[in-house]
Amino acid sequence: MKTTQLSGAHAFIHSIMHEGTDTIFGYPGGAIIPVFDALYDYFDKIHYVLGRHEQGSIHAAQGYARISGKVGVCIVTSGPAATNVITGIGDAMLDSTPLVVITGQVGTNLLGTDAFQEIDVVGITQPITKWSYQIRRPEEIAWAVARAFYIARSGRKGPVVLDFTKNAQTGLVKHYQPEKCTFIRSYVPVLKPNIQKIEEAAQLINQAKKPFALIGQGVALGNAEEELQEFLTKADIPAGWTLLGESVMPSDFPLNKGMLGMHGNIAPNLKTNECDVLIAIGMRFDDRVTGDLSTYAKQAKVIHFDIDAAEIGKNIPADVPILGNVKTTLPLVTKLLNKNTHTEWIASFEEAEQKEKELVIDYEIHPKNGAIKMGETIAKISEATRHEAVVVTDVGQNQMMAARYSKFTQPKSFITSGGLGTMGFGVPAAIGAKIGAPDRTVVLFVGDGGFQMTMQELGTIMQEKIGVKIVILNNNYLGMVRQWQELFHAKRYSSTPMQNPDFVAIAKAYGIKSERVSERSKLDTAIDTMLANDEPYLLVVDVEESGLVYPMIPAGTCVTNIIVNGEKIKL
Amino acid sequence: MKDSTLEKRLYTVTVFSENTPGLLNQITIIFTRRQLNIETLSVSPSALKGIHKFTITVETTRDIIEKVVKQIDKRIDVLKAYYNVDEELVSQEIALYKLSTEKVMEMGSVESLIRRYNVRILEINSSCIVVEKTGLYEDTQNLFDELSQTIGVLQFIRSGRVAITKGKVERLSDMLASRAAMIEDEDIEN
Repeated sequence: MKTTQLSGAHAFIHSIMHEGTDTIFGYPGGAIIPVFDALYDYFDKIHYVLGRHEQGSIHAAQGYARISGKVGVCIVTSGPAATNVITGIGDAMLDSTPLVVITGQVGTNLLGTDAFQEIDVVGITQPITKWSYQIRRPEEIAWAVARAFYIARSGRKGPVVLDFTKNAQTGLVKHYQPEKCTFIRSYVPVLKPNIQKIEEAAQLINQAKKPFALIGQGVALGNAEEELQEFLTKADIPAGWTLLGESVMPSDFPLNKGMLGMHGNIAPNLKTNECDVLIAIGMRFDDRVTGDLSTYAKQAKVIHFDIDAAEIGKNIPADVPILGNVKTTLPLVTKLLNKNTHTEWIASFEEAEQKEKELVIDYEIHPKNGAIKMGETIAKISEATRHEAVVVTDVGQNQMMAARYSKFTQPKSFITSGGLGTMGFGVPAAIGAKIGAPDRTVVLFVGDGGFQMTMQELGTIMQEKIGVKIVILNNNYLGMVRQWQELFHAKRYSSTPMQNPDFVAIAKAYGIKSERVSERSKLDTAIDTMLANDEPYLLVVDVEESGLVYPMIPAGTCVTNIIVNGEKIKL
Repeated sequence: MKDSTLEKRLYTVTVFSENTPGLLNQITIIFTRRQLNIETLSVSPSALKGIHKFTITVETTRDIIEKVVKQIDKRIDVLKAYYNVDEELVSQEIALYKLSTEKVMEMGSVESLIRRYNVRILEINSSCIVVEKTGLYEDTQNLFDELSQTIGVLQFIRSGRVAITKGKVERLSDMLASRAAMIEDEDIEN
């Protein structure tokens, strides 16, 4: 592009298009009007999605980034708009989602004066971003945008905030030219692999009798799903996955042993404390996975693959740390592995699997009578979509049930708020996911509580005609909190029963087709109707009010302290 | 056996960073999150143009300081962060003491003050004398305690620690020059 004189706002749009942006989520306002004015000239090249609340816009950008692997872009104004996106920024930081968030800001002459809609965005967002920067002059735009995108999508991905002062938007850049950033001297996104550590890891795995792998989102972020399967297959290593590691391995992959953690499967949790070599791959030993650190996998040697040096030894000491992108490091280790089989060790998972099937799974997905169950609904929908849908969840019981009872055939098919656990994430994230993967079926599982936190985004669905399938698992309770109250707080249901509106009528007001089912006999037909075409749809399923997610490892206890139906299981 | 990583002691954290606005905040919030009190903090331009050096002292365990330093090192604008214990460092602090001229004269002579405490005089006027002492924390503290108990100290101020490692260390300029070679190429076109 030839150098020309442009307004800062136009230069900004050029710069983000130069980074490959073709979709923007956001909400306009006073301090960002010049950018929206410039955007008006590019509506043929950029799909702009108007949300109904800035929190909705940023969660949509997250859903879009998670499904597409691209940087999610969200543009909002200053002050309250900036504070409304804080939840999404924090969520993206904890879940390593690449975002560039642009907030408007008052002119530099007003900074620090408590001007109308002025808030210290950089100060507020520094602790929860990879980088947060205030653009004060139009000449900085090309540099700042290039750097922002580079930081967001390199290394351990994450959110970046650009706080864009109004005078930088309106001022003219004399010789604008977009820039490209590929190196920052103070920043090492990914280290080159340390061959000695690679050899040590391979040696440990080759000697292992009972190796066990823990799969996290790092594998998906590194696009290393195939490399992972080759690694596991060659040495015959069973593997469990974290919440964000769901769908990295197909559900029917023989070495896939299920979900780890608080509501994970029994076998992988028990086996964590029996294995001799624990291989963590792109996961960060979250407390919801480990429970009590002092009793966690003490018997095992630990190999930790991660892209982020600060994760090594943060919660669990690593005997062999392997820094780098697993896309590179896994094949290097695989090459040094002996072909191996661990038939007996793998067979030892079966007892716990069988026990869980009898005690929990059959009861949850094939109930004979009583109210519809959450797990049953999810399993039926998974079946009806041939396990090919993108599953988005909100937070709480709906999330744990969706994680437990959805099956997957394709990677990058499960989108949920893991680290921050943001209720209200579901509806907007599903919107973003459908925009990022328009050819796939996107199903959202959301509770009646979380739905009402961001249900204003039905307006976005209506205006953009976004064909998401929303399934409200309605139990008229804040179910996960209710579960803790039932189990740990003497059934004192403080502030958890909910009087709900007529969800079908709300959908109707937005022109979205909807049905409510309360009887098991009508569930299959309702699901078929929902999935019959690509239009948006809201299915309200009245589920058992007192449903509990089992198994459960109470917070902060040992991973073998697994409770089912109120009792610790024994094997 | 007692785990030495869980014993508290004084650590000196050194941070080299780009001179970008808000960096001090980025660093201090990492200590705040871990409930650590910063004992001393000094920030100044380093020998390399555009690069600032932070020297921070904090009392904590090795287990925690390792994690904190990794978190600091992770910040985009931080070039390098590391920590040392006192044995690995040469460090100094500077302290200024404002004393009453009348009280100093009562001691006998100004000469005795200078000789006994090895201080420098920066200012003398009819009402007060300002003296300077450099040394370790204990040195400046001992003088403060002694003067407080004898002639009294009108005002007292102490800098944070500045420190330099004793061993031969990699120079920052060399490290920066070799940095590009440490980095794995990423395919990040989208």
